[in-house]
Amino acid sequence: MNILALDTSTEYCFLALRLDGKTLVRDVLAGQRHSELLLPLLDDMLAEAGMRLTDLGGIAFGNGPGSFTGLRIACGVAQGLALGAGLPVAGVSTLLALAEGCGGERAVACLDARMGEVYHAAYEKRGGEWQTVSEPGLYAPGSVPSLDGGGWVACGSGFAQHGEELLERYAGQVARVDADLLPRAEFIARLAAPVFAAGRGADAAEALPLYIRDKVALKTSERI
Amino acid sequence: MLTLGIETSCDETGIALYHGERGLLAHALHSQVAMHAEYGGVVPELASRDHIRRIVPLIRETVKMAACELSDVDAIAYTQGPGLAGALLVGASVAAALAYALNIPTLGVHHLEGHLLSPLLEENPPAFTFIALLVSGGHTQLMEVGGVGRYALLGETLDDAAGEAFDKTAKLLGLGYPGGPALSKLAEQGTPGRFKLPRPMINSGDLNFSFSGLKTAVLTLARKHAPDEASRADIARAFQEAIVEVLTVKALAAVQQTGHRRLVVAGGVGANRQLRAQLSGAAQRQGIDVYYPKLEFCTDNGAMIAFAGAQRLRHLNTQDRRFNVRARWELNQLEAV
Repeated sequence: MNILALDTSTEYCFLALRLDGKTLVRDVLAGQRHSELLLPLLDDMLAEAGMRLTDLGGIAFGNGPGSFTGLRIACGVAQGLALGAGLPVAGVSTLLALAEGCGGERAVACLDARMGEVYHAAYEKRGGEWQTVSEPGLYAPGSVPSLDGGGWVACGSGFAQHGEELLERYAGQVARVDADLLPRAEFIARLAAPVFAAGRGADAAEALPLYIRDKVALKTSERI
Repeated sequence: MLTLGIETSCDETGIALYHGERGLLAHALHSQVAMHAEYGGVVPELASRDHIRRIVPLIRETVKMAACELSDVDAIAYTQGPGLAGALLVGASVAAALAYALNIPTLGVHHLEGHLLSPLLEENPPAFTFIALLVSGGHTQLMEVGGVGRYALLGETLDDAAGEAFDKTAKLLGLGYPGGPALSKLAEQGTPGRFKLPRPMINSGDLNFSFSGLKTAVLTLARKHAPDEASRADIARAFQEAIVEVLTVKALAAVQQTGHRRLVVAGGVGANRQLRAQLSGAAQRQGIDVYYPKLEFCTDNGAMIAFAGAQRLRHLNTQDRRFNVRARWELNQLEAV
């Protein structure tokens, strides 16, 4: 099954077209130009593969956490493409994408959430499938959930921004640190493949971002 | 030619289908007013989050109401600006991707052009050239509209927009958010003439407005007479009379100065009953025709975007699949059609 994956949750614009036997990718440092890059890159990639949208089995996107605006660009584009081409959608966690890309079997993924916090999750591969050990959450680096045992691969921008504090928290448990790892579209496509193969893709309207940070303003009643 | 219109510039998700020969086929709207009310104003991030939840179901609903299929759509017009960047991006993302998937062109529409042209959706539309009074929560402008994309600014507010003045004054009177409509309702119970507020810039000799000083005047009155209900209603009355008189005098002055006999009123404040009554009465005495959009098309909506897009078919973008938004965008930067 051919799968398209998009991620615009970071300052990169990532696309991947997973075909039988090979995966085409596009990685561009986008800054804030994701909206200008995304569809032309997609068009170019489909042309290289000699395909049309309707040849796809599904559209996957990094549904968060990450830049709020970035999440909505990938989500809106996934919604629009899926609605127009009648395709199913799969939202894939950017934290799980880091785990998938880290090359290990135990991953503690942290993305910098700004404001002195990190998005955090931990996953372990059992029987070839990722199991969630610690659900995606928003934490101060000093109070991330504890983990059992060792051999954890610490990955994501959270370890670049708050590495010292986080690694102190997981002292003796981390085998390797990959702070530069990004939630690339090829990881997302790989994770989405079994979802689409099992017919568990979602309708376009159900493709929504998972922001994690949900408290973005105070209600009138909550102000002092 | 069937155009799908998508509006997400602020706190309403609006979708519509406009047909070149058959007119407006269907439109649907989701307003976020109740959600933002708890926060005392529009929270941009929450607005964006709501748009992306609503947009696909609303597109489907509109297509269903119009008894057609998505594959019948020939072009997609979306609000490109001005407005909240994050909110605009939701509409732009979905519009651009949907158009790509359907292999049809897109068009980024100027939100205010949508408002200016909205009276043309009515059965007896005004002919060009007309004067437009654009009054909403974000804008108070007098424009000379010579055709699609031919807009000359005659005057505008130097500070608060008229709708903004309504909302802020309502807040001062304890009417919550968005208080504009509540203030108008309260004003209807007020005694005319008990209080007299200034008519800012009414004799300025130009077509500009200033409404921020009215707030201060209201605050002074409210402190002196609050908190009984009758006084609040009388203050609301005085405030509304002041704004309505200034808008009426300046709009008619614009008509007189330019010599065009047609006046169009667009934007959310255009739904105000006292404004409509006073403006229509005064215009009639001077032999001026006044045109209003339907009440539901005074506030933000998808119909005006679909319609404005349909007037610009030669500006359709068929090849370039990049999309972007313009949070700030002057009307005079538009190309004439």
